[in-house]
Amino acid sequence: MTFLYQVINGLQVGSIYALVALGYSMVYGIVNLINFAHGDIIMVGAYCAWLAMMKWGAPPWISILFAIAFCTVLGMTIEKVAYKPLRKSPRISLLITAIGVSLFLENLAQLVFTANPQRFPTIVTLPSIQLGSRQLSATTIMTIVVSVFFMVVLSFLVNKTKMGKAMRAASEDEATAQLMGINVNHTISFTFAIGSALAAVGAILYCSAYTQLSPLMGVMLGLKAFVAAVLGGIGSIPGAMIGGLVIGLAESLTKGYISSQLADGVVFGILIVVLLIKPTGLMGRSMNEKV
Amino acid sequence: MLKVTDMNVYYGAIHAIKGISFEVNEGEIVTLIGANGAGKSTTLKTISGLLRSKTGGISFMGQDIKNMPPHKIVELGIAHVPEGRRIFSRMTVEENLEMGAFTCKPQDIPPDIERVFERFPRLKERRRQIAGTLSGGEQQMLAMGRGLMSHPKLMMLDEPSMGLAPLLVYQIFEIIRELNRAGTTILLVEQNAQMALSIADRGYVLETGRIVTAADSAVLLDDSAVQKAYLGG
Repeated sequence: MTFLYQVINGLQVGSIYALVALGYSMVYGIVNLINFAHGDIIMVGAYCAWLAMMKWGAPPWISILFAIAFCTVLGMTIEKVAYKPLRKSPRISLLITAIGVSLFLENLAQLVFTANPQRFPTIVTLPSIQLGSRQLSATTIMTIVVSVFFMVVLSFLVNKTKMGKAMRAASEDEATAQLMGINVNHTISFTFAIGSALAAVGAILYCSAYTQLSPLMGVMLGLKAFVAAVLGGIGSIPGAMIGGLVIGLAESLTKGYISSQLADGVVFGILIVVLLIKPTGLMGRSMNEKV
Repeated sequence: MLKVTDMNVYYGAIHAIKGISFEVNEGEIVTLIGANGAGKSTTLKTISGLLRSKTGGISFMGQDIKNMPPHKIVELGIAHVPEGRRIFSRMTVEENLEMGAFTCKPQDIPPDIERVFERFPRLKERRRQIAGTLSGGEQQMLAMGRGLMSHPKLMMLDEPSMGLAPLLVYQIFEIIRELNRAGTTILLVEQNAQMALSIADRGYVLETGRIVTAADSAVLLDDSAVQKAYLGG
C-alpha cells in the first residue's frame, strides 16, 4: 500500500511537471529557445489565482480562468516584446534575454507581493480516500485527472487541428512552413499562448498541492520541469509528458524509500545521466535528416 | 506574369545577386541555369519572400510583391518547391499535402488530395506513412504534390532532379511538362542544364549573381559557350 501511495503521489507531482515541461518543449521545438522565464509564468499564474480568490473574493473557477487568461496574454506579450526582436540573433542572446525576463518577473513579484510566502486556499473540498493506512486527498486525484485531461486536449490540438499541424510544420522547418502559406509569427504566438496557459493550470495544481505560493516558487518547479523536458527529449510533446511523470515518480519514490533530502539530488542526477548517455532524451530525434 | 527588375540580394557582406532582371510570361517554362553558387536558389527565395532584395521590384500579375511576407505571396498563386524537397519528414504524406493547402478552404482539401494522388499514385499507397521514410523520388513527388495543393498559377521548382536516378529524372521532367500543359507556368532552376533546356521555352544563364545570357532554349542548347560551361560539350 505504501508503494501504491508513493506512486500516486509521484503521479500527482509528475503530472504537474509534465504540464510545465510541455511549455518548455513546445517553445523549444518552434524557436529553439529554453524559455527560462517559463517557471516564473507559473508563479504569476499562482498569484493571479490567489489575488482573485483572497483579495477580490472571486469564486475558484473564475479565479482559475483569470489566471489562465492572464498567463496566456503574458506569455504572448513576453514573446512579442522580448524574443521576437531577437529572432535573427544568435541563440545565446535569446537565452540571456530569457534569463533576464525571468529575473524581472521574480523581482517584480517580490516588489508587489513582498518576499513572504502566502497561503493558497483549498479549492477541492471533496473528502479524501482511505488507501490502507494512508489518506489520499481529493486534490491528488483531481490533479492527476485535470492534467491528463489537458494533455489529451493538447494532443488533439497538436495532431488534428490546422493550427496544431502548422505548429508541427513550423517547428520542423520554419522557412518551408512559410512557403506553405503559414504565418509563422502567429504560430509562434500561439505556441507561447498554449505553453503559458498550461503553466497557469500547473500553477494552480501545484499551489493546491503545497498550499502556499511565493515569488521564487517558479524557480525550482521550472528547473525540474526543464529536467523532465530534457529527459523526454526536448521538442517532443509526448516526451515532455513521459519525462514529467518519470521525474515525479523518481522524486516521490526517493522521498518514500531513501530520503526526502535526496529527492532533488536524484532529479538533477537524472539530468546529468541523460546529458551524458542520451542527450536527445527518451523520445528525442537525432538531428540529421535525410536530404 | 512575373517580372523581376534589378534584384540585389546580400547575405551579410556577401553580394549574392547583383542586379538581375528577368521575366516569366504566362504559360511558359522558363529555366535559370548556372553552376553551384551562381545564385539560382537565392533568386527563387527572394521571389517567394524568404529573402529580400535591396533594390528594384518584383511584380506578379501586376502586383508588387517585393515586400510581402511569404505567406501572402503563396496566397497570390506562387508555389515554391524548395531545393532538397524539404518535406515535413515527421508528418505523414497526407499531412504534408494538407500543409500545402494551408491557404485553401477546408472543404476543398480532400478532393485536391485525391487529384494529387491521381498524378502521383505512389503517394496514395503511402498516404499514412511518415514522409521521412519515403525514397528520394517519392519525396520529390510529395514536394511537387504539396506545391500543387495551393493551385498555383506559377510554380517555382528548385533542382527537382537533384540526387535522383536518371529514370526518375525523366519521369519528374515529364510531370513538369504535363503540369505546364495543364496551365501552370513554370520557373525551373536546374544544374542539369541539358534536361532543363530540353523542356523549357526560354532560359537565363546565371553566373556569380549576374545574368550573362538570355535566350530561347534552342539557341542556348546550340550556344558554344553554354555548351562548354554547362552541357559538358
